[in-house]
Amino acid sequence: MPDSKGVLVHAEIADGKLCAIATEMLGCGRKLASALGQELAAVLIGSGVSNNAQEAIAFGADKVYVIDDPTLADYRTDAYVSVMEKLAKQVTPQVILLGQTSTGRDLAPRLAFRLNTAATLDCIALDIDPSSKRLLQTKPVYGGNAQAVFTCDTDPQIATVRSKAMSALPQDASRKGEVITIAAGLDASAIRTTVLNKVKEQVAGIKLEDASVVVSGGRGIGGAEGFKQLAELAQALKGAIGASRPACDSGWVSDACQVGLTGKLVAPDIYIAVGISGSSQHLAGCTGAKTIIAFNKDPDANIFKVAHYGVVGDWKVTLPAFTKKVKELVSG
Amino acid sequence: MNIIVCAKQVIDPEAPPASFKVEANKVMPPAGVPPVISPFDESAVEAALKLKDAKGGKVTVLSLGTNLLRDVVKKPLSMGADELVLLEDPAFAEGDSYSIAYALSLAIKKIGAFDLILCGRQAADWDSGQVGLGVAEILGLPSITLARKIEVTDSKAKVERINPDGYDVIEISLPALITVSNEIGAPRYPTMKGIMAAKRKEPVVWKPADIGADPARLGRRAKLVKLFQPVREGKVEIITGETPEEAGAKLALKLREIKVL
Ligand SMILES: Cc1cc2nc3c(=O)[nH]c(=O)nc-3n(C[C@H](O)[C@H](O)[C@H](O)COP(=O)(O)OP(=O)(O)OC[C@H]3O[C@@H](n4cnc5c(N)ncnc54)[C@H](O)[C@@H]3O)c2cc1C
Ligand SMILES: Nc1ncnc2c1ncn2[C@@H]1O[C@H](COP(=O)(O)O)[C@@H](O)[C@H]1O
Repeated sequence: MPDSKGVLVHAEIADGKLCAIATEMLGCGRKLASALGQELAAVLIGSGVSNNAQEAIAFGADKVYVIDDPTLADYRTDAYVSVMEKLAKQVTPQVILLGQTSTGRDLAPRLAFRLNTAATLDCIALDIDPSSKRLLQTKPVYGGNAQAVFTCDTDPQIATVRSKAMSALPQDASRKGEVITIAAGLDASAIRTTVLNKVKEQVAGIKLEDASVVVSGGRGIGGAEGFKQLAELAQALKGAIGASRPACDSGWVSDACQVGLTGKLVAPDIYIAVGISGSSQHLAGCTGAKTIIAFNKDPDANIFKVAHYGVVGDWKVTLPAFTKKVKELVSG
Repeated sequence: MNIIVCAKQVIDPEAPPASFKVEANKVMPPAGVPPVISPFDESAVEAALKLKDAKGGKVTVLSLGTNLLRDVVKKPLSMGADELVLLEDPAFAEGDSYSIAYALSLAIKKIGAFDLILCGRQAADWDSGQVGLGVAEILGLPSITLARKIEVTDSKAKVERINPDGYDVIEISLPALITVSNEIGAPRYPTMKGIMAAKRKEPVVWKPADIGADPARLGRRAKLVKLFQPVREGKVEIITGETPEEAGAKLALKLREIKVL
């Protein structure tokens, strides 16, 4: 596509607002668009999403495409790939950014295959190569043990972006932009999945992704009982409970508590890892924390390579003493 | 029911992080640590075997690569899979998600009839997360990613798809492609009977020509510019005390002192 031009951001909406990742991608998209000397567009897909067009402009978009249709209320692969394909062929962007979300990680690869191009998922940095003007896509690989930079010679260059990896621009309600409505034009019979039900797993207390303190437990906790002690500490610090994968797989805590490459990405002020060895896949989800504290009986555990403070010993002894002192300090 | 599972041999992702080395844009296999079937692909095998337990049928495993160690790639057979097809050739060495999905799709067409294709949610080497969706796109199949449960009734499957807040229950028409996550449940251990059967079973090995692959399409679309290990300038302060209890309490005081608390 020699005539490809512009950067297009798929901006997801939840609870009537642009998702944080959408604003972060608009911030990054703005930077890429100016490096290319091109426009930044956003696309809103869903049912009842038209109202968010001005919000996307306020966060940096020059143009907003709105594909608003009741059949797009739930994310369904066939429907979303079809409208994105149609839009991509009409707009011919050079770069398409999507969030590394449940939607983006499903949509981006299929879209890339459909458009005969390539996608790079879970990017943490995106830049324009000054000489070739191609998109440099940096993503963690091998569970976070390494990072790879990819480019692709075909347009559109498609990338999904990890949450909290880029910064949003300050919202500017006075920005002006163009809003273009596009008909979904979907053939309902070509959508081969039906969403029957959406199940929310309630986790009590503060939402893990938003918490300023996260207390996480791993295999070393040994059972659901031990997590009660972590909950006590989390409560004293007004924090949330996290976990490594084995703790979730063993059913000690809800799967929704998993932190890491294939779990949640958290960036709290304080991350407390108890009985967690610090595998690269776990660290992928928590190294954005300002202060990392580790409780582990093994002085050589990898977690101590990233932690700022640590205590070596059996957590069953060290943690209660810590919790007791913390309670004194925060109440006193 | 005919199920095809795509399973990749990878460097053991649970090898100690300190053993991980990159040289000249290539990952050096850690000495003395054998490769494994990518963990999510074992989850996909487990999902297939669960369906076979419930419905009967045949599970065929497909692995593409170079230097495929028979002991490693036969593990799904020892868990209870029925057939193993290997796409093994130096021509596959430089592939990416695009060429791999292309070659796997050709092999699947050659295998023939199937109701379901299962993949892992992402391979534990490049964490690319694309091959399954690519196969679905090339074969024109509907797909669902990130499954934690799969139930098949007649010509449909009911799938629980993980999302950050829980899961969605989605119905899909068969044949279809589904990618599987570890929440499906721990992969079963090989049984003695399974290990014996796997020893006796010779995999079918196909070369690019056997599946009619166009050599021009076995190259990469995503060009690797650079591969590097991020530097972590870790400097941990270990808090000690006369007793472990004292160390715990002193850590709290330290955090107060530096105003983290
Ligand atoms: C592709 C892929 C994706 C993955 N994604 C994730 C992910 O998102 N999140 C994740 O967490 N993992 C993930 N994993 C799994 C990961 O590789 C590790 O297996 C996992 O993180 C290890 O969890 P852990 O630290 O709790 O357990 P272990 O590695 O077993 O560590 C337990 C630790 O507890 C310590 N300990 C034991 N008893 C005590 C005690 N009494 N007091 C103090 N310390 C004690 C031990 O010294 C040890 O360091 C993934 C793996 C793969 C292959
Ligand atoms: N070389 C391969 N051989 C067999 N299956 C593969 C191969 N590469 C990828 N897959 C399948 O596709 C899934 C996703 O891989 P990836 O896109 O590389 O992360 C894996 O979990 C496997 O199920």
